[in-house]
Amino acid sequence: MSETTTNPKAASRRREPAARGGRPRRRKLTFDRVSFFIAFLGVPLAVFVTFVLYPFAQAIFWAMTDWAGYSQDYNFVGLENFTELFQDEIFLKALRNVALLAAVVPFVTLSLALGVAVAITLGGPSKGPVRGIGAASFYRIISFFPYVVPAIIVGLIWAQMFDPNAGLLNGILTKLGLDFEEFSWLGKKSTAMPSVMFVFIWGLVGFYAVLFIAAIKGVPAELYEAARIDGAGRFRMTLSVTLPTIRDTVQTAYIYLGIAALDAFVFVQALLPQGGPDNSTLTISQDLYITAFTKGKFGYATAMGVVLAVVTLVFAALVFAVNRLTGGGEEKKQKAPARGALPAGAEGGAQ
Amino acid sequence: MSTTTADQKLGTTATGDQKLTKVTAAGDRRFAAIAHTLMSLWAVIVIVPMVWVLVSSFKSTSEILSSPFKLPKKWRFENYENAWTDANIGKYFINSVIVVVCALFLVMLLGAMCAYILARFQFPGRRLIYYTMLAGLTFPVFLAIVPLFFQLQNFGLLNTRLGLILTYVAFALPFTMFFLYAFFRSLPHDVYEAAQIDGAGEWRAFFQVMLPMAQPGMAAVAIFNFLGLWNQFLLPVTLNTNQDNWVLTQGMAAYASSQAYDIDYGALFAAIVVTVVPVLIVYVLFQRRIAGSVSQGTFR
Repeated sequence: MSETTTNPKAASRRREPAARGGRPRRRKLTFDRVSFFIAFLGVPLAVFVTFVLYPFAQAIFWAMTDWAGYSQDYNFVGLENFTELFQDEIFLKALRNVALLAAVVPFVTLSLALGVAVAITLGGPSKGPVRGIGAASFYRIISFFPYVVPAIIVGLIWAQMFDPNAGLLNGILTKLGLDFEEFSWLGKKSTAMPSVMFVFIWGLVGFYAVLFIAAIKGVPAELYEAARIDGAGRFRMTLSVTLPTIRDTVQTAYIYLGIAALDAFVFVQALLPQGGPDNSTLTISQDLYITAFTKGKFGYATAMGVVLAVVTLVFAALVFAVNRLTGGGEEKKQKAPARGALPAGAEGGAQ
Repeated sequence: MSTTTADQKLGTTATGDQKLTKVTAAGDRRFAAIAHTLMSLWAVIVIVPMVWVLVSSFKSTSEILSSPFKLPKKWRFENYENAWTDANIGKYFINSVIVVVCALFLVMLLGAMCAYILARFQFPGRRLIYYTMLAGLTFPVFLAIVPLFFQLQNFGLLNTRLGLILTYVAFALPFTMFFLYAFFRSLPHDVYEAAQIDGAGEWRAFFQVMLPMAQPGMAAVAIFNFLGLWNQFLLPVTLNTNQDNWVLTQGMAAYASSQAYDIDYGALFAAIVVTVVPVLIVYVLFQRRIAGSVSQGTFR
């Protein structure tokens, strides 16, 4: 960025605009300009509208039909699909499961990520410049590792780790003298869901840790030095200095993790494609996938999608509300969308 | 080790009080010990499964089933051969490369164009477009998946690589646009004006002046898009069911579930290693850039 001012091209021309500065610039509708606008705005928007916006709009309509997909015939049934959904035991189970995922996964993941980030950036000695613990960059590289591994592979690796007989987890636990031989982590109702959550968290902590590290590095060091002189310990500093200053990042991270947890398709599909013992890990996404592409009930399946979207919006609204009520999100309101862009990276392509 | 440097720096700090510094030094040491213990534990939890997969990929199936710990008696490289042929890893790998590289190029180009227009020009409807894209970012893909399926079918793009590429581009576009939007906003105006005075039209001003200046931002988004698209699973599984066009992630999932009937665990582990290693190498090579890029994007 700073290079731009030393750029010779820029420097040599700098005076001219200033010299003509008073004159308002008129933008003529030349061919150059018109073609530029059409191409630059038109093409991306066409792609976006065709493959994102229009399908979303269609989904809302189809959710109110009994369309079965392969024929053109369908009847408009209003909200019938939705009333049926809320009597559908399996769907309600899936809804409860994803609610549980959304309640646990973002909180645990972000707490761990914040812990890792704080240790790496601020955990160092309390004298001298503010810095992280030794070997910080080693820990940073390692903790990002799982994010690089495709989520489906993360699931497959852990499916093997959890294997009752040949898995490493039971191997280690048995070696430690605990009675876990042939314990089926994914086959028992009580442990299937926690196991899925663990894999989820394992896969995502690294990314959010790196995100928080960047956010913490953006906070001026004087703030920490001042807090230190006032006698704040590390724990206090994290709660009173770090968290408030990076709260916008935490908010967006929370929302995107929530979206990921409500979806959860890849992880559950790799670990328990059948929905787990007694449907204890079935997610809405799995239910939708089966209803649409196996049973062919497309109208009913899109209604599930609409419910999922509503749940997602409610979750996002809750996060916003909590952030507001605890005193954040006011002064930086205008910058929020631009800043919020980043964590989407996890999802922008990954969804 | 960190405490020794702390002691050396005592004089420079605001509180020169010997007693207090001794207390904090002891606290530092205790904190460092706890922090290192916890961080090492986390590192172990991250690394051990990966190392285990690597070692197991050289074992025979009976060795894998008999003990999760023992090293293989003979390092069976043929597991990799089997994975390569049985799981068609080679073919899926090439499909993945084609789809991801094309989609990445297109989404970077279109995303930069769109972000540039929205960030640097005033026109009616600008905010509407911006917020529509923001909404597109937060809606679950699952809501769109069924209509998308038929949309592609109508265009004759279902089960083709082109269809998959276009879908990838469309769904990665909002993220790319938002990230670059912030970046283009922060670029200085006088360079653009200089280009205009030099007689460069809008097209040349963008491609020869503004786009090169946005390079750091472009690199950052490209890395994240690459990871996101390479790891993509839902879109190919629903929209690309022709086995000849499968990408690596769906090929792996199918291979793993086919293993339930005809178990060759060694080859399964080998296939996992083959899938992970290229991305891991890219990451280790670019990890500084990734760490740096996160801060560039969000905190300007």
